[in-house]
Amino acid sequence: MSTLSADPYRTSLRTVADWGLVAIAVLTLAALALPVGALGGAPVGWFGGMMGGTLAPLFLIGVVLAVVAGRSAPKRVWGAWVELGGVALAWLLPLHLLNEGVDLSAGWGLWLFLVAATLLLWRVMGVLAGVPGWTRSVVVPGLFGLGLLVGWEVLVRGFQVPAILLPPPSRIASALAAHAPVLWDDFRQTVLTSVLRGYVMGCGAGFLVAILADRLPFLARGLLPLGNLASAIPVVGIAPIMVMWFGFDWQSKAAVIVVMTFFPMMINTLAGLGNSERIQLDLMRSYGAGYGRTLVKLRLPNALPFLFNGLKINSTLALIGAIVAEFFGTPVVGMGFRISTEVARMNLDIVWATIAVAALTGSGLYGGLALLERATTAWHPSMRRR
Amino acid sequence: MRLLVSDLTHRYDDLTVLDGIDLTLAEGEILAVIGPSGCGKSTLLGIAGGIVAPTSGSIRVEGEVPDGCLNPITFIFQDFALLPWRNVEDNIALVLEHHPLSTAERRERIDDGLRRMGLSEFRKALPKQLSGGMRQRVGIARALAVRPAMLLLDEPLSALDAQTRELLMDDFLDLWRREKTTALYVTHNLDEALRLADRVCVLSRRPGRIRELVTIDEPRERRQEPSAQAHLAEVRDRLWHLMKAEAQMADREIARA
Repeated sequence: MSTLSADPYRTSLRTVADWGLVAIAVLTLAALALPVGALGGAPVGWFGGMMGGTLAPLFLIGVVLAVVAGRSAPKRVWGAWVELGGVALAWLLPLHLLNEGVDLSAGWGLWLFLVAATLLLWRVMGVLAGVPGWTRSVVVPGLFGLGLLVGWEVLVRGFQVPAILLPPPSRIASALAAHAPVLWDDFRQTVLTSVLRGYVMGCGAGFLVAILADRLPFLARGLLPLGNLASAIPVVGIAPIMVMWFGFDWQSKAAVIVVMTFFPMMINTLAGLGNSERIQLDLMRSYGAGYGRTLVKLRLPNALPFLFNGLKINSTLALIGAIVAEFFGTPVVGMGFRISTEVARMNLDIVWATIAVAALTGSGLYGGLALLERATTAWHPSMRRR
Repeated sequence: MRLLVSDLTHRYDDLTVLDGIDLTLAEGEILAVIGPSGCGKSTLLGIAGGIVAPTSGSIRVEGEVPDGCLNPITFIFQDFALLPWRNVEDNIALVLEHHPLSTAERRERIDDGLRRMGLSEFRKALPKQLSGGMRQRVGIARALAVRPAMLLLDEPLSALDAQTRELLMDDFLDLWRREKTTALYVTHNLDEALRLADRVCVLSRRPGRIRELVTIDEPRERRQEPSAQAHLAEVRDRLWHLMKAEAQMADREIARA
């Protein structure tokens, strides 16, 4: 007769030890044997530079302390926050070394150490992603983005990638600050004028025509195939034509946006209008509701998830449309104009700053619509809390 | 309100679903319609409610409507037909919104419906937060808010579990004890028909014809008592005998199709 082992749930070696932490420790120990970088051509080790002035050992001790403290925290989540501090400290080390003038491109000990720190971050994120509320919905994605930015910064500066190929984020940020007035003018021209007007016109027209097409089936039959055709039209083909038709100012950009956004909105609205259940329509009929009341009280609310889908797709399409259209003629302002002229002048900092503005604007528009959707269609099954 | 159906036939394209239906529903009477699936029960209800136009034949309603009636012929649906973005009281308000009622009157009708269905504390809940039985109670409260003269019930309990079904049958009995609303009750459940109906109309398989109209002599209030069981069992046997043959044939036809 065999006796039950101390932990009946321990079925394999997997649970004997915290293998993830073991891997991190092994990596870190291996890293200690390699240099962290080079000063004036001579390699600098982890401890050799104590008198030479690198503070690497202090960072190392800080990280080890954070991990030990995190392990002994009474709650796993508190431990994760402490370990996160350790990760932050680890990633500050290369920035510190760069400021000291250390060449990191040969510092394989440092890179190995950073790989270990990234594994630690992975573990921390795994824990935090399980915490409901703001931690899961905001902090985790935020940390993820921040991690990417820091990684970008350290890798680009550490390996001395030429700024003309890829500048570090800090340089883009300072370009953003330095060129703020120009960027604001571009933003006003492209987003607040062209995109907003074109978007409202395109989405509005798509919505209204969809309602019409829903009443007149021949219109839907005729327009839907055109929708496929229109979605295949290349912006670079249509934009110069619109500039010829409507001139250099916002009107031509709005026209391009209308062409791009009309059909997605129309198709989504039509699908949404068909989304009401038979029984709901019977309900409205049995209480004597006519076309108009059924539309307003039943079919449009039912179509809301589809409408938001169209609006969200179009928010990014509109921005791309306006920027590309500005390549083909514009008053001397606008994000597309800025990109096309400054690339030619090799002023890549401001190009990257413009790209950053465009990316932020696009995600801002999309995010705003997503929040609005959440607020208005909380009843829909797709909005159920996961 | 009375319902008079004569020589009613309905076709969907080539498919005849109802054939020569003659039926009279007396004032305050509850008529259950049973029959195999696909025999046109729901179509008959749709025609009676005016949301399906019959191919031929006539259908008429006669008689007086109660005071304050806004929608004389009112449906209660199998899947409740609640609007998911409206809470309980707004779902009831939906059917009052296009009538020129004073705010107080509207309030009163909604509150009355909520109270009678025991929903007062759930008035702000969304349908997805309610159980199936509660959702159907909202459906009933919505129907009552227009003070209907005739109820058309389309398998109102078949989406619910057995206990909830019992509870809601009690609610229906209570409702009909208080107001003598005429009702056409489509079901495929014999027990519901035996508990609730004055008469049971057995439809044949498609094309639906009336096989038989069976009167249940026992008064509704006494049907739960032991003395009534012998008679009810007799009626049940008869109904089941009629249903069984039709259901078996319909099954085979579906298998062949």
